[in-house]
Parts: sequence; structure tokens; C-alpha cells
Amino acid sequence: MEKDLQNYAKIHSIETFGTVDGPGIRFVLFLQGCHLQCKYCHNRDTWNMKDGEYKSIDDIFEKIKRYKNYMTLSGGGVTATGGEPLLQVKFLIELFKKLKEEGIHTCIDTSGMVAITEDIKELLNYTDLVLLDIKHIDDEKCKKLVGISNKRELEFAQYLSDNNIKIWIRQVLVPGYTDDEEDLKKLKKFIKSLKTVEKVQILPYHSMGKFKWEKIGSEYQLEDVRDANQDDVDRAKKILGI
Amino acid sequence: MEFEQWKGFEKGEWKRQINVRDFIQKNYTPYEGNSSFLTGTTEKTQKLWNEVLELYKKEHSSQGGVLDIDTDTISTISSHEAGYIDKDLEEIVGFQTDSPLKRAIMPFGGIKIVEKSCQGYGREVNPEVDKIFHTVRKTHNDGVFSVYTPDIRAARSSHLITGLPDGYGRGRIIGDYRRVALYGVDVLIQGKKEELDELNVDNFNEEVIRQREEIFEQIKSLEELKVMASKYGFDISKPASNAKEAVQWVYFGYLGAIKEQNGAAMSLGRTASFLDIYFERDLKNGTLTEEQAQEIMDHFVMKLRMVRFLRTPEYNDLFSGDPVWVTESIGGMGIDGRTLVTKNSFRMLHTLTNLGPAPEPNLTVLWSTRLPEGFKRFVTNLSIKTSSIQYENDDVMRATLGDDYGIACCVSPMKIGKQMQFFGARANLAKTLLYAINGGRDEKSGKQVTPKFEPITSEYLDYNEVMEKFDQMMEYVAKIYIKALNAIHYMHDKYAYEAIEMALHDKDVIRTMACGIAGLSVVADSLSAIKYAKVRVIRDETGLAVDYEVEGDYPKYGNDDDQVDKIAIEIVRKFLMKLKKHPTYRNAKTTLSILTITSNVVYGKATGSTPDGRKAGEPFGPGANPLHGRDANGALAVMNTIAKLPFEDSEDGISYTFSITPGTLGQDIETKVNNLTSMLDGFFASTGHHINVNVFDRALLEDAMEHPEKYPQLTIRVSGYAVHFTKLTKEQQLDVINRTIHERI
Repeated sequence: MEKDLQNYAKIHSIETFGTVDGPGIRFVLFLQGCHLQCKYCHNRDTWNMKDGEYKSIDDIFEKIKRYKNYMTLSGGGVTATGGEPLLQVKFLIELFKKLKEEGIHTCIDTSGMVAITEDIKELLNYTDLVLLDIKHIDDEKCKKLVGISNKRELEFAQYLSDNNIKIWIRQVLVPGYTDDEEDLKKLKKFIKSLKTVEKVQILPYHSMGKFKWEKIGSEYQLEDVRDANQDDVDRAKKILGI
Repeated sequence: MEFEQWKGFEKGEWKRQINVRDFIQKNYTPYEGNSSFLTGTTEKTQKLWNEVLELYKKEHSSQGGVLDIDTDTISTISSHEAGYIDKDLEEIVGFQTDSPLKRAIMPFGGIKIVEKSCQGYGREVNPEVDKIFHTVRKTHNDGVFSVYTPDIRAARSSHLITGLPDGYGRGRIIGDYRRVALYGVDVLIQGKKEELDELNVDNFNEEVIRQREEIFEQIKSLEELKVMASKYGFDISKPASNAKEAVQWVYFGYLGAIKEQNGAAMSLGRTASFLDIYFERDLKNGTLTEEQAQEIMDHFVMKLRMVRFLRTPEYNDLFSGDPVWVTESIGGMGIDGRTLVTKNSFRMLHTLTNLGPAPEPNLTVLWSTRLPEGFKRFVTNLSIKTSSIQYENDDVMRATLGDDYGIACCVSPMKIGKQMQFFGARANLAKTLLYAINGGRDEKSGKQVTPKFEPITSEYLDYNEVMEKFDQMMEYVAKIYIKALNAIHYMHDKYAYEAIEMALHDKDVIRTMACGIAGLSVVADSLSAIKYAKVRVIRDETGLAVDYEVEGDYPKYGNDDDQVDKIAIEIVRKFLMKLKKHPTYRNAKTTLSILTITSNVVYGKATGSTPDGRKAGEPFGPGANPLHGRDANGALAVMNTIAKLPFEDSEDGISYTFSITPGTLGQDIETKVNNLTSMLDGFFASTGHHINVNVFDRALLEDAMEHPEKYPQLTIRVSGYAVHFTKLTKEQQLDVINRTIHERI
């Protein structure tokens, strides 16, 4: 069934008590579908655009409003994540417009690996914060890790900075993949070149999402990689100067 | 009235007649600051607490976790000689028997339960005692069973109505123990004598005679209370003259109650801010330091942690971990808009830091969105660290109960000294639904338990047909339920009257008949499945429906979905209306609670497969919780569902147990505190009634199951009370671990 993409979105799930994807208590909307293939993905089940369920904008907006109390009190809001939420940009434009009218804080959790189209620009007009997941600062390594060049996401970051949109940089720390000292130094330099970065978060890699790969019968890519521990995080933080 | 002990107190109505609330309002000092004034343990406290920990260890390694039993002495208020841990170290004194953690026998509720309890721990009741209660003195238990009708017995033994206090003390009465400190016992006796005079009337009917006898008993118990205190070297006939005495007097009042009654829940009331007035006076006079104030509270709480009752090993399957429900209600707002939080509210809660986490006393914060920020942050921080606090909605309860109510047991609010309840355990509504389908035959035994109703015979269940039959079956259960409760409370008043607790009440109290529901989420989901999916019935060769197959998906309770939440609301209202049709003993007002404590496991065990897809024997959700695994939209969706259940239809409380992993609550402690505080504000602003907050990792609990010795103080909250995790039965431990611990990966 073809749906009107302004008013419907493919949804994987919702979490009403999100506390780690942006400030305060957040209504987290997991959108279905992703064009990357990150080896460490812990939401493997959100990749396929064919899965998930269509939900109407009115349904979702009505749901979100029920939690306004909690959001307002905690300085929270709504976070769109996924999957890659920007794949459903038309829907997000309409949703975020409504949220801003309602005075609700909006946030997108993205890889930024998309072309900056007019639609994306419009959406960012209604976006208070972007959680930008830098996949890899080194282009070659990035291609290996997620299957795509990092060119677009770095451009995306630059666009956010130039247009005065707040950014939280996130770096998933995968031992042996993203924890090289030189790479982290390079990342630090890049972050420094951006004007609107409020926070830099290190997300230690864990294998707890493995079962989701197995569940859909696909082979886990990081079988031999250990989980990142507190020492790894501290080391990375030190290099990044955070 | 005038006493030198009242020097420095603001005068008021409280001096003319017994009125503790007026005393508090005229004299207390609201505290809006933070926790920086608090102090750690003194050397004395540390030494004493170490001795207590040693005693705990001994107790834990004794048979059945019972250190010792006095099998010779029938417990009364003054039956035992003084007992101490280490007399020179104890700021606050008094035990139920002559030795700490030694349990007393209280046979007035029932001799059989006492015998069974002793035998459970390898002991025998003194034959003399046995003889008296078998041949001479009738007990509450005997009384009830001499009038129970066959239909009550059948409903009881098939677990349709469960946990009835017909063999044990009903509890859930809170004496206003503060009166002992404020007025001294002699004033209280005088007051009771005047009440007797009021009852010298021409129309000398049954009601008057009963009340006169009860007040006579109350006076006797007050006299006895003085005797008990004198054994510890105190004269409590006069008011307390300083903070230490005030705490001691309050504790003596409470001690009298727990020596007289082995009640299911023996709650303390709302004492902290009352006591603060004495602490403030002493601090101002320079006769007390902050360290000493905290020391007194630490020692008081140690005593409250050492309350013990003799109960059967089977009781543990229902309510694990030796719970006493020494519930202390803390905080809240006054009707004049001032907060009732005082420095002593902080001190009471600070014992969780000084002495480490513990299930008792059952620390209950009366939450208002208008509570001072410093206090909110202090308690949520403690919650995150100790998982030992429960929260109840002061803004909702204050509207009907004023600002001097307290919580009995888990979630039952009552005006202190002015209101009591007839505890009524709960009806298993999930089983009631199965009986509706099976025409009153038990789905497990096949026995005809109720009179024969027309069973449902179709292959697929039809919503309207099921609702019609369920309605009839609820009607029947409500009738039997009230019959049973009337019998129980008539006999409890007659044979096991709570004289000292009622002596610390006004003459004319409000009584509620506190009924309860178990299995609400199972019923709501079952009806939703029948309505929105297709439910096929699987019957055995006798035509008994023994299992169900759900075809398709349906809206599930706990996801903030009105389609099913409305069904839950409707069921609660309907059942309450049906209960209300029946006259109650002493014209008690019928109320309802949605609370199971840990018995959700046992009730689930006794209930067959249900039309929601739950298999026979699987636990229910605790209290008003969804069945575990059914909530898919996160914690706030569950809270919104539960907050929809109207408090007016469930005035005896709606319990929600919330468990979350530390990482899911936020990254750093600052964020965690912020999020939890906002969450509580949000939940209570949406009129949620009660919430237990647990913050722990699944891995930690699994480790505690494997290595209990490493976690002697690990405390978790389950449906209205807290418990040492290691004292739960294995089944209950698994239930806690498997139950929705909210986590995101």
C-alpha cells in the first residue's frame, strides 16, 4: 500500500521514557529503515524499510502530547531516531512543525549521511538539536565500517554549524575500529572547527544488540570484537579533551 | 491543660483537647533547604549497629530465619521483662520480648497458627498455653470458622477470595502514637474516661454496650502501657519533656501495639515532622546537637528494623521477607500551603545512608509537585542509591483526607487517630472471569465451587456473552466476599480487639471495609483479546475450558491505549458498585485497592490459563502493573495507563512497582536525579496514586541469587513494601528479575 509520506511514517517502535537521546525525558520515535550497514549496529532490526508499521501523523502527535507533562518538567522533548530518521524527512517536517507549535523541544539522532536537500533544510528549521553520530573520521575506514563514505556527514556537520543548529557529537567507540589515537585526534580537530557543538559523547560499543542480528537470520559482523570498557572510554575522552 | 513539659510551645486548641494536628500546625518549622546539615553515624551508633548486624547474622543462620521464640509467655502489652541489645549504647529502648529478635506468641488471633509457626521452626508451644486456647479461651480464628457458611468456605479454598485475615491479625490500624509523647498517658486515660461518661445513655443498646466495653479495654491497655514503660525505667504518665523522650514515648506507644497484636501490617503513622518540633526546641535551647539528633533517629530506626512477628513458613510464600509494614509517611504539603517537610523528615530518610538500605521501616514519601526542590532531589537521589523508598500522591489524598493522614501497610491512606480500616485482602478477578466462562466450576480442580451458572459452550468467545456472564459472576463473588469480611471483622473485634491502637484513636472513628482486586491486568487483557482478537477455547473431555488460543493481536494494558485501559477502569468501577450493594459490619464504607504485594506469584500459581494467552500458573503482574513483557512503549506509557484508574473508585490505593536499570535512568547522577524527579512530578500530576522505585541492574540481582551472602542489605521494593532480596523465595526472586525492568540497549 502506497502511503502519503507527509502524513504517514514507517515506525519501528516508540519509547516513552527516553533518557539517553538528548536532554531530559524524551519521547523517542524509532523510524524504520536505514541505508547504512554499520557493523556494530545495535538496532539491526530497524534497517529494512519493508518492516515496521505505518502510523499516521495525527496518531503519533496525539500520543506525544500525552507525555508533555514529563517533557516540560524535565527539559526534555521528542527525539527522532531509527534507523535513519532523515529517510522519512517529509513526515518529520510535518511532525516537527506541529511540535514546535506545541512548544515541544525537537531533536534528530542521525548519521548525517544524506544529501542536504531543500526538504532537509526545511526540517532543520524546526529542529532544536541534532545528535550527530560521526561514523568514522577517516574516510577509508568509514567505508569499511558502515559501507559508505563519510563525505556527506562531514558536510552535514558543517551545514549545521554554519546555520547555527546545536549539535551533540556522538562517537561509538569500537575497540580496534574507532579507537585509534590518530583518528581520535583528527576527530578532535574536526569538532573544534564546528561552532555549535554543545556536547561530545562517547558511546562504548557493546554486543547486547547481537541477538537482533541473529533473530533476523543475519550474521553478526563483529564476532571477535570485545565490548568497550570504562578504561577505553576514559582514554578516548582524554584524547578528545572532554 | 498545662504542663511544664510544654514550655516554649505555641498554644492552641491542642491544649484544650486531644488534637495533635493542631499542635503540629501551631509549632512546626517547615524546612525548604537541602541535605547539607545532615551528619553521619556517631561512634555509639556504629558500635550498636555492628552488634545488630551480628544479631542479624545469627538470625539468618537459625532455622527458618527465626532466632528464638518465647513459647511460654502469652504476649500482652506488659507480659515481658525489659530487653536490650547493649543497654549503655541504646538511646532508644524497648523490645517485644525480653531479648532482641526473640519472637512472642500471640494466640488471640488463633492458636493453630501459633502452633504451626512454632513447629515450622522446630519448637513447641507450652502445653499450658495450648490447653488454655484449645479448651478455655476462644480465638478470632475459632470465631470466624464457627460462622463461616459453605459458600464462603468454597470460595476461600478455591482461591477465589484469598489472603483473608481469618487466621491471623488483620493489622492496618495506625494508633496515633504521637499522643503518648504530647499528652502523656494520664491525659489520654482521662479523655477515655470522659468518653465512657458520654456513653452513659438511656438507650443502652448493643452498639453503646459494645463501645463501652471497648473503651474500658482501651483504658486498661493504657494502664498497661505505663507498666511496660516502667520496666524500662520510664514514667510515661506525663508528657515527654525533650526530643529524646518524645521519640521514646512514641516508640513505647508503638511497642505496646506490636506486643498486643501480630497484625499483618503494623504501621507507625506520620511521626517525623511531629518529632521535629521537639528536636527544634532542644536545638534552640542548646541542649542537643545535630549529631545527637541524628543519633536518636538512627537508634529509633534500628528498633523499628528489629520488629519481629511469629508467622508460619507458608506465610512466607505469600509475603516474603518477614514484612511488618512499619510504614512511616514523610513529607507532603499542609492545607495552608506550607510544606510539612521538616529537618527531621531528612533525618528519618538519612538513616538509609547511616545504617544502609533496609526494608523497614517502610519509608513512604508523600509527594506533591509543590514539595521543596531540595527535598525532592534528596529523596530521589536516595531512591537511586537504595531502592528503599515508595511514593504516594499527596496532592490527590490531601483533597479528601486533609494533611494529617498516614499510610497503613502499603498504599492505604487514613486520617491518623480518626480513621481505621477493616483489612479485606483481595478477590481474584482473573479466576472470577474463568468461573464465568466455566459456569462456576474451578478450571483446575473441575469442582463446582459456586452455584451452577450456565457455562459458555461456543468454540470462540463472544465479548458480549462473556461480559454478561462475568458481570453475574462478579455479583456473586462480591456477595460472598462481603459476607466473609463481615464475619471476620465481627470476630476480630470480639476476640482480638486492638485495645492500645484504638486507645490512641478518637471515640468515633471512620471505618472502611477495604476490599481488593488481584489480577486486574490479566482480566483487562483477556477481555481485550476477546474483543479485538479471536480467542478459541480449549476444553477437556468434561467440557471444562482449560486453555485458550489467541488468534491475532489485541491492545494490551500498560501501553496507554484507551481501548483496553477503558476496560480496566470499567471493571474496577463495576466491582466496587457490586461490593457496595451489601451492608457492612459497623457500617464501614466499602473501598477498593489494587494491590497484591508479593502474592501475585501465589495467586498466579492458583489460577489456570486465561484468555489473554497467559498460561496456567504464571504470575500475575503485581498490583496494578501490566503483566510482564506486555508493555512495549516504555515506562511512561505504563504510568499513563495506571494513572487512568480513578482514585475515587480505588480509595484504598493503586500500587505500581517500577524498576529500572541505572543506565536507563540517565548517564550521570545529576541527570538521573533530574529525570526521576521529573518523572515523579509528571506521574503524580497525572493523578497516579502510588509508585515503588527500584533502580538496579539485572546482573546484580542474578548475582545476589547466586551469592546471597554478598548482599545482606540489598533491598528492593515490591508492590507497596520493601524486602531484602535474599529473603524472597526463589520463585519470587525470578519474578522480580523477569518482571519488566525497564532497560534500553
